[in-house]
Parts: sequence; structure tokens; C-alpha cells
Amino acid sequence: MRTALRAIGEIGVAAGLVVLLFYAYLLWGTGSYTERTQRVLQRGLTRELGWRHTDGPGRIRLGHALALLRIPRLGASYRYAIVEGVGSAELRKGPGHYPGTALPGQIGNFVISGHRTTYGAPFNRIDELRRGDAIVVEASDARYTYQVVRTEIVRPDDLDVTDPVPGRPAQRPTLALMTMTTCHPKFSAGQRLVVQSELVRREERHD
Amino acid sequence: MYRYVWRRLPGSTPFRLLIALLLAAAVAAALWYVVFPWLAPRLPLE
Repeated sequence: MRTALRAIGEIGVAAGLVVLLFYAYLLWGTGSYTERTQRVLQRGLTRELGWRHTDGPGRIRLGHALALLRIPRLGASYRYAIVEGVGSAELRKGPGHYPGTALPGQIGNFVISGHRTTYGAPFNRIDELRRGDAIVVEASDARYTYQVVRTEIVRPDDLDVTDPVPGRPAQRPTLALMTMTTCHPKFSAGQRLVVQSELVRREERHD
Repeated sequence: MYRYVWRRLPGSTPFRLLIALLLAAAVAAALWYVVFPWLAPRLPLE
């Protein structure tokens, strides 16, 4: 009896330690996959951005990089390759672009989503963005600068933030918007944090 | 369980301690680098 109880207790302790270690892995270990993938994607993008495209990126396959994201407010070294697709396999690689929404610089809504925690947590600190902050998207045809117009917290099923004209599904867009979405609060999927921005500048690539 | 492993370890106490720590580290590394990367994408997280 005592031996059996002790064995159960010891297995319980071991299981607890494994679960703790797993949480540590989710927080810090999953980032190494994202970092590795990002290095490859960013190298590929830099090579590609060296060419001059005039027709924009066109159709991009799922999981492939389509543009480079920089947010000066989050530090000079903040840069992520945005991949096509928002499935879990894509979001493990980095921020993902909702297929079918506008591409960088286009009229409509360029919607990207990213992890708030785990897998490099690219959107961990987007709650720090304030009205007027610049968001730079380096696409193959040009460098687009967006400016944050508002930040809001919505329910996960409030999909109208991804409409071409947010909140007005039937309306035809006239502005080039960008929407970033991520989980809120941190470590939860109970709500969504949404940062909306508007295109303010387009610079042709001169290379 | 831990007691059983401890008894099976050879040598003096400091040596046993070293082996035990190495064993624990090996298990942790196997979990971290093999089991967890396989498991994490299969769980409905975030």
C-alpha cells in the first residue's frame, strides 16, 4: 500500500515537472523554430527585393514570404517576413497574411495576423503601438508606410475588422488600410487585439 | 521510482549524484528537442 502510494506520488511529481517543462518550451523553445525559419525567409526576401517588380507580388503560395514588416516603435531590429496564410503551420513561421485580403499598398484591407506568445511572439508588443506610429512594409514593388489610426479589442468572432472597409462588409473600399490582429490578453485566446493603420507613403524601390 | 533508480546507480554518493543529474538532463533534453517539437503543433493551443 505504502509503496503503491509512493509510486503514484512520484509519478505525479514527474508528470508535474514534465508539464512545467512543456510550458517553458512553448514560451521559449518554440521561438527557435520561428527564428530559424525567419532567417531563411528573410534572406530569400532580401534577394527577391533586389529585383524590381512593377506588378506587385501577385499570387503567393501558402507559407511563402510576401513582404518584410518593420515597426520602428518596437525597435530598430524588429523585422519579420510576412508569410502567406494564417493556418497554424504558417503562423509558426511568422506573421501571416489573410489570403484574399488586399496586398501591401493596395486599396482595401491588408490583413495580417501573428502570435502574441509562443513561436517567436512577433505581435507580443503591438499593444504598445499608438496613433501615428509608423508601420513599414517592404514589398517587392515598393516600400509602404502605414500609420496607426486605432487600436481596439474585439471578440474572436468579430471578423468584420478584416473587411475591405472594416465594419461595412458591402462597401467598396477607397482607402489602403492595414490591419494587424493577435490574441488578447497575453496567453489567452479569449479576445483579439486589433491594430488598424492607413497607408500614408509609397516609395518606389530604386535598386 | 526515484529510490529504485538511486539504488541501481553505482559508485559513491557524489558520483551517483552526478549520474542522476546527467540522467535528468538527458530526459529533459529528449523532451525539449524531440518530444515537445512533435507534440506542440498537435495540441490546440493559441
